[in-house]
Amino acid sequence: MIRNIEELNALRDKTLKTMDIRLDRTQQPGTEGGKIHILVCGVAGCASSGSLKVAEAIEEQIKANGLAEDVKMIKTGCFGLCAEGPVMMICPEHVMYTKVTPKDVNEIFDSHIKGGKVVKRLLAGEKEYEEIRDRLPQIPFFAMQRRIALNNCGIIDPEQIDEYIALDGYQALAKVLTEFEPEDVIDEIKKSGLRGRGGGGFPTGRKWESSAVVKEHTKYVICNADEGDPGAFMDRSILEGDPHSVIEAMIINGYAVGSHQGYIYVRAEYPVAVQRLGVAIRQAEEYGLLGNDILGKGFNFNLEVRLGAGAFVCGEGSALMTSIEGKRGEPRPKPPRSAEKGLWKKPTVLNNVETYANIPQIIRNGADWFANIGTEKSKGTKVFALGGKINNIGLVEVPMGTTLRQIIYDIGGGIPDGGTFKAAQTGGPSGGCLPAEHLDTPIDYDSLTKLGSMMGSGGLIVMDEHTCMVDLARFFLDFTVDESCGKCPPCRIGTKRMHEILVRITEGKGTLEDLDKLEVLARNIKASALCGLGQSAPNPVLSTLKYFRDEYVAHVVDKKCPAGVCVSMVKFIIDNDACKRCGICQKGCPAGCISGDKNTPFAIDQEKCVKCGLCMEKCPFKAILKNA
Amino acid sequence: MTQNCAGCADFQEKSGQLSKIIAKYKDTQGALIPVLHEAQELFGYLPLEVQRQIAQELDIPLAEVYGVVSFYTQFSINPKGKYQINVCMGTACYVKGASEILDKFRTRLSIDVGECTDDQKFSLDACRCIGACGLAPVVTINDEVYGKLTADEVDDILDKYEDR
Repeated sequence: MIRNIEELNALRDKTLKTMDIRLDRTQQPGTEGGKIHILVCGVAGCASSGSLKVAEAIEEQIKANGLAEDVKMIKTGCFGLCAEGPVMMICPEHVMYTKVTPKDVNEIFDSHIKGGKVVKRLLAGEKEYEEIRDRLPQIPFFAMQRRIALNNCGIIDPEQIDEYIALDGYQALAKVLTEFEPEDVIDEIKKSGLRGRGGGGFPTGRKWESSAVVKEHTKYVICNADEGDPGAFMDRSILEGDPHSVIEAMIINGYAVGSHQGYIYVRAEYPVAVQRLGVAIRQAEEYGLLGNDILGKGFNFNLEVRLGAGAFVCGEGSALMTSIEGKRGEPRPKPPRSAEKGLWKKPTVLNNVETYANIPQIIRNGADWFANIGTEKSKGTKVFALGGKINNIGLVEVPMGTTLRQIIYDIGGGIPDGGTFKAAQTGGPSGGCLPAEHLDTPIDYDSLTKLGSMMGSGGLIVMDEHTCMVDLARFFLDFTVDESCGKCPPCRIGTKRMHEILVRITEGKGTLEDLDKLEVLARNIKASALCGLGQSAPNPVLSTLKYFRDEYVAHVVDKKCPAGVCVSMVKFIIDNDACKRCGICQKGCPAGCISGDKNTPFAIDQEKCVKCGLCMEKCPFKAILKNA
Repeated sequence: MTQNCAGCADFQEKSGQLSKIIAKYKDTQGALIPVLHEAQELFGYLPLEVQRQIAQELDIPLAEVYGVVSFYTQFSINPKGKYQINVCMGTACYVKGASEILDKFRTRLSIDVGECTDDQKFSLDACRCIGACGLAPVVTINDEVYGKLTADEVDDILDKYEDR
């Protein structure tokens, strides 16, 4: 139990001594709490690629070598290099190893832990270095990042509240409860320029204010952790790697608007996040940081986790609230706004996970500190989930205003297998695609909106020449049609019609007229759908039509899919110059449509061909071409 | 299926457990969804009998319970297979060829998405992003995660489970 700020500070100072080797790069072995710390990413991508087995192997090695006194293993949150998982770091030297298997652990112990010799082949990035201590910050992937929301991820054990407290955790809450009136908190957040990280980018301070001014006894604070954009996993990583930052921010939010009850609405698809949050809330309650008379300052706040059940629309504020009420998660018309009548018709503030993760540091370091980072209208940093055809798939956090080129090429390491960049998709099913001509645009809320996309929650999917933009638009409409809640006709019927047209085009049955129809429909849905999701559902179509109209035209006029994705338009042709007439393709063809023998050239009967592509896969001479 | 089940002792016992779950949430505002989550965990799916019991004991109309069950994709009114295959169809997986993998599962198991094989061994679902985009394309079978998959590997993976 922490009864007051003095006790909080005492606990901070005491715990910090046991983990300071993880923070600075002094290279000095730790004095208290073990000489060496092995940090293993235990969340999301790394856990899926087997980091928990690596962790077990480390525990075994510690035991087998009798190193329990000196070596401590900590399961942390995300380091960001998800494609290289499992990732681990050894402190005090801050040596990062990637793609570690349980087998490698032996070598790491024999060579590094016991012998002090780095295992070069497992090093992250380039294997050569001059000074091991300077190495990590020089790796481009890390050099250009600035971590605020992900500050503690990869450093602390998310299941130990003490470690969060050691890194100034709950100090922002202490500051707010002693030095700030509720309206001062709102002023500070307003001054910082923080905008919602979940999609629309509404100014957070103003959001809080509009709920604070409503005079009602019962109010609610909600954290939207229903991260539904496919390809976005930053909220998952924050919840799994640093859950207390969100909890602390929600208590501050409660104090600022006069609410004593919060809810965190999490996707049920994130079981680890749900479990971590449960642990974190229990620890905060045991310490009295949640509950009554927090830090002896007379403020009460309670927090409850609610699970989603797999409905994308529940990421929309009013739909999320109806879902917490135990109903079908359908949005409702506004006004009244949620700030006046939200959950159970009470004033409600709803913020996204990443937005909350910024709050404690804004309070601790001051609004000016935060407002100095980023662009004129978009302050601070943004976490992006890099995915698709890019080398360094993972989580990156960069100041607003970083260009797409810097993110994709400098941090992301460019396109794999010598591919060419074709487009980047931001904002998920509500966003759009940015073509190569906009690679140098500084990314912030307004620049993305201007280009016909949106920030969304921060998914950034990179595509190369093998992605068909028409097919991608169809993919997103597939998603929207499937996830439309069905309440309003523009979304329910309109997206369905758009989808039908797109299917027609990808099957080679489209006409030029269809393209106009798509645009008209898209505009109408944007203008008339009930909620933000419906209004933004046509974006993927509109932006691909805007930047890749040629590809649509190729589909409807030439009946060709330039990327070779749309099956009905793909043609397999045998290149007779390269063909050695071995007959392997013929034997493998399930449709029996390949003719030819030793004396006659081989040919594919296009009428009979089912376009399975098996012949191309099997040909040892690469003599079968797709879509030539 | 449901009729057989309603009579058996197993169902009786689980029904008793369900009552306890419902009692636990009796005073919670918006209890229905948490109850459905726990009920599904208990029964594996949400047959009509279960929905009826929840409606009665929470004192809300059955239509409302069914309305919620049918709205959310996580809730299933059909039983799932012993091995639940989930092919991630998030954007990152999609651009890396998830649909080919899904097709492979479909043809190999001769079932469509949302269905279960006759021997109740495998059920196939396409899910939205599971947040493991670094491993795209990803498939999960129960708690096991298979990342960076190609369609060719599907047969080997399924063979592993066929033998179990």
